[in-house]
Amino acid sequence: MHELALSQGIIDVIRDQAAAQGFARVKTVRLVIGALSHVEPQAIAFGFDAVSRGTIAEGAVLDIERPPGQAFCLSCEKPVPLPERSAPCPECDGHQLMVTGGEEMRVKELEVE
Amino acid sequence: MSQTRLIAIEQDILAKNDSFAAVNRQLFAAKGVFVLNLMSSPGSGKTTLLTRTLTDLKGRFPMAVIEGDQQTSFDADRIRATGTPAIQVNTGRGCHLDAQMVTQAVGRLPVETGSVLFIENVGNLVCPAGFDLGEAHKVVVLSVTEGEDKPLKYPAMFAGADLLLVNKIDLLPHLTFDVARMIAYARQLKPDLRVIEVSATTGQGLEDWYGWIAAGLAKAVAGRGA
Repeated sequence: MHELALSQGIIDVIRDQAAAQGFARVKTVRLVIGALSHVEPQAIAFGFDAVSRGTIAEGAVLDIERPPGQAFCLSCEKPVPLPERSAPCPECDGHQLMVTGGEEMRVKELEVE
Repeated sequence: MSQTRLIAIEQDILAKNDSFAAVNRQLFAAKGVFVLNLMSSPGSGKTTLLTRTLTDLKGRFPMAVIEGDQQTSFDADRIRATGTPAIQVNTGRGCHLDAQMVTQAVGRLPVETGSVLFIENVGNLVCPAGFDLGEAHKVVVLSVTEGEDKPLKYPAMFAGADLLLVNKIDLLPHLTFDVARMIAYARQLKPDLRVIEVSATTGQGLEDWYGWIAAGLAKAVAGRGA
């Protein structure tokens, strides 16, 4: 379950921010988890629930934004949408694709008090 | 009453792992150490391939091994039997090695200047793909006794790999495994993926693998401190 390790990563980010910015409770955590990243939002939610217990983020709402997969097709020489990693270019059906978006996993914003 | 406010963060969830990976990479570059992160399913023959590699390459250049497993030190014991220094890292319930575990292991291991360090990750085609350890290359081992559609089932692993070792090819006459099809699947995910077909039992293809390692090491040594 690498989602548990990633959830711990979110808590680490929150802890650092709490020390730097002085807040006592986190109400909402906004995450950006790209469609091509190797995590399931549901598993992150499950992992976060477990690792946030007893921290200032306990009970916080997870709001997950899911940017779609994007690639640059080297054959067509243009950006194309990529719904999943193994999908071909929707224009030429080839696989000369460089992933350009949808792999991100970051903490975007916190709603705190 | 306390006031609610928004704080912009924009920080990668793996930031902590990546900072340890950067420390590892810097250390390896300074010492001219060529580091490979070996990943596969359980049962791909990864440890057998590694022990054979260590035995065959003994004396050509110094080598060391970090062994990742959830439990036991069986694999590190097998490695040490070849005369190569090895550290076992038990991840407990963890399903992958992370960069900090490697940082700690490297501190306990004699990693010589101009050496090759093999990191044998936990047998798992999912989780290890997400964690940069500071390696030069990710190497995936897939044996022909597995399903040829595995690249499509575990895309992140193959998309991130630099080299695919197709193992146990001595068994091909007894199987229906279509090597070309499997490679085509893998290249859907990584068009320029390098592939070497090997058998750790018969030794077939191993010279290509050793040549690839030697070339990588030469590059790491040449770039030392650069």
